[in-house]
Amino acid sequence: MSLAFDLLLALALLWSAWRSLATPDLARAVVMFIVFGLLMALAWARLDAPDIALAEAAIGAGLTGALLLDALGALSARRARKGEEA
Amino acid sequence: MKRLIRAGVVLAGLALAAALILALVQLPAAVVHLPALVATNLAQSGVEHPVTAVLLNFRGYDTLLEVAVLLLALLTLLALSGGEAPAPVGAADPLLQGLARKALPLIVLSAGYLLWAGAHRPGGAFQAGAVLAAGAVLLQLAGLLPAWAAPRLLLRLGLTLGFFVFLAVAAALLVGGALLRYPPASAGGLIFLIEAGLTLSLGLILAGLFLFVTGRRA
Repeated sequence: MSLAFDLLLALALLWSAWRSLATPDLARAVVMFIVFGLLMALAWARLDAPDIALAEAAIGAGLTGALLLDALGALSARRARKGEEA
Repeated sequence: MKRLIRAGVVLAGLALAAALILALVQLPAAVVHLPALVATNLAQSGVEHPVTAVLLNFRGYDTLLEVAVLLLALLTLLALSGGEAPAPVGAADPLLQGLARKALPLIVLSAGYLLWAGAHRPGGAFQAGAVLAAGAVLLQLAGLLPAWAAPRLLLRLGLTLGFFVFLAVAAALLVGGALLRYPPASAGGLIFLIEAGLTLSLGLILAGLFLFVTGRRA
């Protein structure tokens, strides 16, 4: 049971990492990155490293995800302004 | 041509992965068994959780430099962003504002718990600081906290407090002949003092990485 869960987790990690890098849509890439971070936190918890799991969930997925989303918002705002000027 | 290059990159990546896996498999067994060493010395470290004991006691020097690196990252960001005025807070969803108001006390409580729990179970200053920073980011996103302009004296003190407390303890312990070798009797108290300072400063630094940047977008 737990082996199946671990295999599924590893597959989901690889999949979300690949999707986050390969997708041309930036918003989707950021969401996949956050998903990857949360799955990574789960993986750390499965590896009996709750300290790293906590840090990963808070910093890796939460704060970095928020920063990336913010950057995305700033980018699209700038792009919209450029479009108005042109 | 493009396809050829792509195939070459994929092949090179696969070869690197195979080499790394091979190297990992062939790695000789560790000569020093660190977990056992930590376990035998845990009683003198002043805390009961091995991870905190390693981070703040046995390898305190590394953590000190880690905090310095984070502070340096924020200083670089401030130096690069110049003295522009922060963007005005946008109109936010009242539902989000209500949620943020309700959640903030719980977030602060969780941070305090994580800080306290660090002595005997998973937790500690870094996690508590990250939770505090997440609270600040939530407030900013809900439009309750304006983005930060150039930091005034109070904010500067808060940003550097953790590092300076850490440094002061390290300097005071230099009298004993070694950097960050706590006397076992007062180790627990000193570690908690450092962690409390670090929690506040790391929270402000991590929040600053978000809040100082957000203000420059306009």
